[in-house]
Amino acid sequence: SFINADFNIFRYHVAVMCLENIMERVIVSMQDPDMGMKMRNQRLLITVIPHAMTGRDIVDWLIQKYTITEEEALHIGNFLVKYGYIYPLKEPRNLCLKQDETPYRFQTPYYWTSTRWPASELDYAIYLAKKNIRKQGELIEYEKECYNALHKRINHTWDFVVMQAREQLRASKQRRKADRIVLECQEQAYWLINRPPPGVMDILEQGPDRRNVANTRVQLVSGQMLAIFVKYCEQYQDHDPIMQGCLPSNPWITDDIMYWNMNSETVTMPTKLRVERWSFSFMELLNDPLGRKELLTYLEKEFSAENLCFWQACEEVRHGEASKIAAKVDEVYKQFLAPGASRWVNIDSKTMEKTLEGIKHPHRFVLDDAQMHIYFLMKKDSYPRYLKSELYKNLLAKAIVPQETKKSVFPFMRRQRHSSPSPALVTQTAEDNGKAKPSAAKANAGTASQI
Amino acid sequence: NFCVIFITFEGFLSRAGEANFPLAKMAAQEVQPSETIAKLKSESEALKTKLEEERAKLHDVELHQVAEKVDPLGQFVMKTRRTLKGHGNKVLCMDWCKDKRRIVSSSQDGKVIVWDAFTTNKEHAVTMPCTWVMACAYAPSGCAVACGGLDNKCSVYPLSLDKNENLAAKKKSVAMHTNYLSACSFTNSDMQILTSSGDGTCALWDVESGQLLQSFHGHAADVLCLDLAPSETGNTFVSGGCDKKANVWDMRSGQCIQSFETHESDINSVRYYPSGDAFASGSDDATCRLYDLRADREVAIYSKESIIFGASSVDFSLSGRLLFGGYNDYTINVWDVLKGTRVSILFGHENRVSTLRVSPDGTAFCSGSWDHTLRVRE
Repeated sequence: SFINADFNIFRYHVAVMCLENIMERVIVSMQDPDMGMKMRNQRLLITVIPHAMTGRDIVDWLIQKYTITEEEALHIGNFLVKYGYIYPLKEPRNLCLKQDETPYRFQTPYYWTSTRWPASELDYAIYLAKKNIRKQGELIEYEKECYNALHKRINHTWDFVVMQAREQLRASKQRRKADRIVLECQEQAYWLINRPPPGVMDILEQGPDRRNVANTRVQLVSGQMLAIFVKYCEQYQDHDPIMQGCLPSNPWITDDIMYWNMNSETVTMPTKLRVERWSFSFMELLNDPLGRKELLTYLEKEFSAENLCFWQACEEVRHGEASKIAAKVDEVYKQFLAPGASRWVNIDSKTMEKTLEGIKHPHRFVLDDAQMHIYFLMKKDSYPRYLKSELYKNLLAKAIVPQETKKSVFPFMRRQRHSSPSPALVTQTAEDNGKAKPSAAKANAGTASQI
Repeated sequence: NFCVIFITFEGFLSRAGEANFPLAKMAAQEVQPSETIAKLKSESEALKTKLEEERAKLHDVELHQVAEKVDPLGQFVMKTRRTLKGHGNKVLCMDWCKDKRRIVSSSQDGKVIVWDAFTTNKEHAVTMPCTWVMACAYAPSGCAVACGGLDNKCSVYPLSLDKNENLAAKKKSVAMHTNYLSACSFTNSDMQILTSSGDGTCALWDVESGQLLQSFHGHAADVLCLDLAPSETGNTFVSGGCDKKANVWDMRSGQCIQSFETHESDINSVRYYPSGDAFASGSDDATCRLYDLRADREVAIYSKESIIFGASSVDFSLSGRLLFGGYNDYTINVWDVLKGTRVSILFGHENRVSTLRVSPDGTAFCSGSWDHTLRVRE
């Protein structure tokens, strides 16, 4: 069928042009008189085809030009053939690159995918008619189907189709055999791409249509500004499992989930790397629920725990349901901001005044200023002192450095991949615990349902 | 520059009598005897050198220069550890659950599947009433997923463990755009969703009520991707679109506070560097780029002449040293973010890579492809 997919996919649109421009650049440099490919005559049975190259030549040229591996060169070369910029002279229906003496040729720009002259039904009908007339039984199954479908659909112009086909065949008979073979191959390659047989991937499919547009301010940046990236990467390198591995082992490699168990939210003793990471930034400490718990313990000793609780309550206003904002803001006011409140937070008078005024008409961001004030207070004051405290230092000293577990060498000793309770289950159980027993029992029955 | 005239049907007819010799009709915008081209080439080289000299005088640098003294990376061996098969059509999007092992994925045929990627078990499946589900996201609590696509909506499905329960029954329609949904993300809680759309806008929604909290206008064409900033104040996000722009937005005011336009084609993917000081982008122009937010400009380009196809999806490793890019030529290229060089190329998928995310604890990354599968690699 010529109709592709279940809605209007326009095959040619601007984003595709970018790919084709880039591909054409490659093709043009392949044909560069000095640095391009060395083309020669290729023998096809008894005919000599000029300006051809072998598959091996193509791969070698790509390897040399782009300094890439053979695998990558073959990968790219295949695309050049699949997109119709190079076509095979032998086995012309098989649009792929073979890394041997198989001969190939560059497709003429007239037939380039980017040329975009509409590959109409009429053109295709003429092409198929030519094939059919030239040699009976030349059309393969799906081509026969297309031919018959076209014959029905554009029956009113069929005389013209046949006339055109005959005319083109007559003209081509006047050519030298080599030229004729080349022209037939070129045309065939073109149609294989524009009317791919069933089962062959349609390279022109692009996904949903997009609207595009057709292009800078120059700013200066110093080395100092960019040094922060180097610093960050270095600091986190040991914490990056893909870069450095992780202890005891990466669960995806060894199938052992020890690493996840040891780093879960509810461990009694965290790992050393984890505790170290809290010292990288205040955000790291806050983002780790265990770290936050430790900070709370420390702040309680300092009688400033209300700061962290206030910050958390503000987060809940900012990220909670819209309908609950007014109620939550009221709670925050009662607990933290009202004169004589049980957990009164110490905000500067200007911010306090602005906030108290704002909460008369509560909205999602009404506590932002106050929250930010308390956040930076904790960051500049409590956080550095926490890192120097006995509480932190003791934890760091006691923190675990796991032993490495290696991947099992024997396949039959492969570890079982254990399921884990779905996060949805955990919440459901918590909800159900408030309700009658039976539903809790159901929720606890084994792992999550299979599909 | 050449331009090719479209051969019209009439033109084809008029040549019907001639031999069908394919003449390439090239109408050149400029004269191109080879000497002129050579001259222009050398002129442009001279200008380039001059520009670099001027920039150097002002100590203007790029990231790879600053990183010259950093140790180069060794060889990386990254194997596929899990292959998730079950989608009947192209995988378009995926997201990780905070539990570091579950993922949600969506595909062209309307299916959204939740997997325990570690065991490869499928845990939930939803069939959307539309095709091309281009966006999906896992809620921070792990109790719901959001998805949407050609239906122009973003819907939230709470995940139920009752085998008999039809997930579709509890579906909540949250976002409504006037064109396809291209991306969605929960903010810090299950209660708010950020969306981007083919209608050229982004929007922030309250999940419970479906209320539009804020909309973001400024892109001149379809918006294709977004990412939330991991900053302390948690108030900004970046979006990329078909107008080749990447915009940074203030979530509170709806204003575009920064804009970057150096790509030469659609921006398919944007992702913040872990510190929040920069973000990377992947584009149909076959490059990925890094933009520094404080310097307010591009500071690195990740490209190679042999990379011809667009980058569809990008993400950083935990330390930000590696940038993984999924490309339309079915491969994944791994870049050294600091030095700008390619560290590795990964084969395996049999069609374009459409989506790629590193897991929350950085132990692995998952790629989804038009070949119907997802792969988890380390």
